[in-house]
Amino acid sequence: MENESKQHSCEVIVVTSGKGGVGKTTTSANVGTGLAKQGKKVCLIDTDIGLRNLDVVMGLENRIVYNLVDVIEGNCRVKQALIRDKRHQGLYLMPSAQTRDKSAVTPGQMIKVIEHLREQFDYIILDCPAGIEQGFQNAIAGADRALVVTTPEVSAIRDADRIVGLLEANGFKKMDLIINRLRMDMVKRGDMMSASDVVDILAVPLIGIVPDDESVVISTNQGEPLVGSDSPAGMAYGNIVQRVLGKEVPYMNFERGISFWTKVSGIFHKA
Amino acid sequence: MRHFFRKKSSCQVAKDRLKILLISDRVNCSPEIMELIKADIAKVISKYMKIDTGNMDIQVQAKGSKGARTKHPVLYANIPILDLHAK
Repeated sequence: MENESKQHSCEVIVVTSGKGGVGKTTTSANVGTGLAKQGKKVCLIDTDIGLRNLDVVMGLENRIVYNLVDVIEGNCRVKQALIRDKRHQGLYLMPSAQTRDKSAVTPGQMIKVIEHLREQFDYIILDCPAGIEQGFQNAIAGADRALVVTTPEVSAIRDADRIVGLLEANGFKKMDLIINRLRMDMVKRGDMMSASDVVDILAVPLIGIVPDDESVVISTNQGEPLVGSDSPAGMAYGNIVQRVLGKEVPYMNFERGISFWTKVSGIFHKA
Repeated sequence: MRHFFRKKSSCQVAKDRLKILLISDRVNCSPEIMELIKADIAKVISKYMKIDTGNMDIQVQAKGSKGARTKHPVLYANIPILDLHAK
């Protein structure tokens, strides 16, 4: 959605997918942490009211005092609800409420909170809940651009297509696709759609391919995002962060050679 | 050798299914409605010529380049004519 008030340049990014369990929260945590590692001031907001998860993925679950609903209802100031991640300078998390439901927040209230935060941050990352109901509407209301996460599966792609349609209907001009949990061994066997197949079907510019990687589970267990580590997923998220920042980074080697690259470069062009 | 007799790869099956599914999803038009449109078109055309209703094909397609998200889908109908002049 277009936002005029941009004295300080802050980009608000919503991470969404439609289907649950495809990696929205993991992506939010890694992109947010990666941007902070690049020296940006980043605020992660968990908009999944009633089912908060970003706090555990970030390893900050023990430090929650106030949450997003407290801010909206005026029980605390915005600053009080922000948890500072001590491991990364400039990284903050606004957790969601666990004991409330989605109706506790309206899109208008979300926009107000985001407008307040815009002045203090370079990037605001919104972790969107699954589904297309009010939680989704709240999450996209204040966002400038979207990262649509999907896996190379029929159900996830169908839902991603629906989300892309809804984002377009809501005036989003900038959205990019992240293909998560790609398994090259299965693609080679012809038992999984390749990244270029998915890009062809969804017709959304690609911004990253994350291979299926055990280290994602391990990093979630430990509550420390793996972006920037030398695991395949860590490197893939590192590349996504660079592309979010507007840099061109070649795609990693787990995709096929030239035919894939030409396909992607045709669709993937910087705005 | 086994590969020669193998059916379509599951990847190809997924792509084919998605292509059809997403067309109807995008135009927000259920398969039931498509069936009704198909029946109505067959009824109208049948007034003027004899057509093969069993083999007619009606789809909503995205106009323009492959895979592009266009705002203007087209209704594509392929209706085999059995007899042009039959009343």
